[in-house]
Amino acid sequence: MWTRASTTVSWAGAREAVRTPPTVWRRLRRHRTAVAGLAVLATLVFVAAAAPLLFPEDPTEPRFERVLRPPSWEHPLGTDNLGRDLLARIAYGGRVSFFIGVLAVSFSALVGVPVGLLSGYYGGKFDLVVQRLVDLLLAFPGFLLALTLVAVLGVGVTNVVVAVGLASAPVYVRLVRGVALSVRNQTFVEAARALGASDRRILFRHVLPNCTAPVIVQSTLQLGTAILTAAGLGFLGLGVKPPTPEWGTMLGEGQTYLFSSWYMATFPGLAIFLTVLAFNLLGDGLRDALDPRMKLT
Amino acid sequence: MGAYILRRLALAVPTLVGVTVVVFALIRLVPGDPARLALGLQASEEEVQRLRVQLGLDQPLPVQYVRFLGRLLQGDLGRSVVTGEAVAREIAARLPATVQLAVASTLLATAAGMAAGVISATRQYSWVDYLVMTVALFGISLPVFWLGLMLMLLFSVHLRWLPAGGYGTPAHLVLPTVTLAAFSVAIIARMTRSSLLEVLHQDYVRTAWAKGLGAQAVVLRHALKNALIPVVTVIGLQFGGLLGGAILTETVFAWPGMGRLLVGAIVARDYPVVQGAVLVFAALFTLVNLAVDVLYAYVDPRIHYG
Repeated sequence: MWTRASTTVSWAGAREAVRTPPTVWRRLRRHRTAVAGLAVLATLVFVAAAAPLLFPEDPTEPRFERVLRPPSWEHPLGTDNLGRDLLARIAYGGRVSFFIGVLAVSFSALVGVPVGLLSGYYGGKFDLVVQRLVDLLLAFPGFLLALTLVAVLGVGVTNVVVAVGLASAPVYVRLVRGVALSVRNQTFVEAARALGASDRRILFRHVLPNCTAPVIVQSTLQLGTAILTAAGLGFLGLGVKPPTPEWGTMLGEGQTYLFSSWYMATFPGLAIFLTVLAFNLLGDGLRDALDPRMKLT
Repeated sequence: MGAYILRRLALAVPTLVGVTVVVFALIRLVPGDPARLALGLQASEEEVQRLRVQLGLDQPLPVQYVRFLGRLLQGDLGRSVVTGEAVAREIAARLPATVQLAVASTLLATAAGMAAGVISATRQYSWVDYLVMTVALFGISLPVFWLGLMLMLLFSVHLRWLPAGGYGTPAHLVLPTVTLAAFSVAIIARMTRSSLLEVLHQDYVRTAWAKGLGAQAVVLRHALKNALIPVVTVIGLQFGGLLGGAILTETVFAWPGMGRLLVGAIVARDYPVVQGAVLVFAALFTLVNLAVDVLYAYVDPRIHYG
């Protein structure tokens, strides 16, 4: 991905292409908070991925002989109202949350990037229609839109992905359209056109690569938002169906037992918080590393 | 100025109409027959058909939409399938609680966020700055529903200072307001800091220092005024997030507002109420953005009203 992006951004060619990834990586490595975010994420993803190995018992199977046990050596985060180990459920819940986050963000990028690209590059009537549509969707607060979509589509993993993904697609349209619009009339695009490059070639080789950096930064931040939105839906009982462990749903279940068993609501929320925080740290770091000029004003 | 406000108001009308189209279309996408849903499985086919005609569901969609819009303009949002009550009346009963919560949170967020931002910017790279920015970063990462529960755990369960939920007295307002404001405080603090830092490096600020003005006069009277412009925009933009957060906060604290009405209606598949509540939320958001645009023109004299 990097190779193609850099060769097309500048005419320096292959040499530049080899140099770019280490530069970004080096800048990112110097960004201490971004490294911290990356480390937290790596840990969370590892625990989620290795959950079946680390916690062999079924995280959905009720164990009534040990309900609502406070944290102990045996159950570091305690057990829930059905006697299930909370640490194991949080680990398995990470699989669901990361899965939803990645799919939802991919979905919105897959919808938003092409639409924004065409809208910004071609302009005209298509752009006008798309922009009015985006305005309309942005007239709804993001969470409300996701909530309404779930109300229409129904609950479940797939519908949550579609709802969260669709709700954030306008963000990508706006972002990519802006880049396409600014690149469209620059000298290197003009030069390519003068050399006889087709619209398709210009779009893929010149405009799209310029969108890569902002899209990567946006997607990192968006992953946190998507996981947060999905957890919010779960908390309201409108997300993933129980007994599937999902952080927001677990938190919702924990609210009922808040006064007697604090750990049931506390730890799933902590997991959400750490994940979103890590994505925000990494996103800020990536923004600085990929393009110092984009630094948050 | 008056002409500008009128023009901006006129521009909001197509958006509001578009919002009604989107909501109308979305609700019609719900699988199943609304008449059947309303009457239940025991009702006979004739009864269902009669209700369909009565509700106008036998008409083509554009006709249904125009009728819907006509009723909407008269303040008629239909009736709840569950309670049989007029949706407009149910919303009217819940709206004040949500507005109260949203206004209180916005005021708190604006005051606390700007104060934190100013403190941070005037002591750039000091430990206070790092502390404020770290707390702000936590603020934008906190799930609002979790923060609510944790505050409840601390202040209601352990310290017993504040009620854990409910509505009515000022004490009931404290925890939901703080919970809902947290995210916006963080955003506004970050924005104020960066905006003020930019302004503080400008020549006219140096002039103000040079002519011997005190720190308070330079920062608060000269610099902050210009730094406010992007902050006002952010306050308006985050209001959407605030409304979304209100839905969750109301659920945590059993706050009898629009958010709980909406969530309850979704669970009960009471689509007329869902439709009405979503419409009112979106209209609220559009109107606040409109107000911000007008305020923006007021704060920034460079914007032409013509």
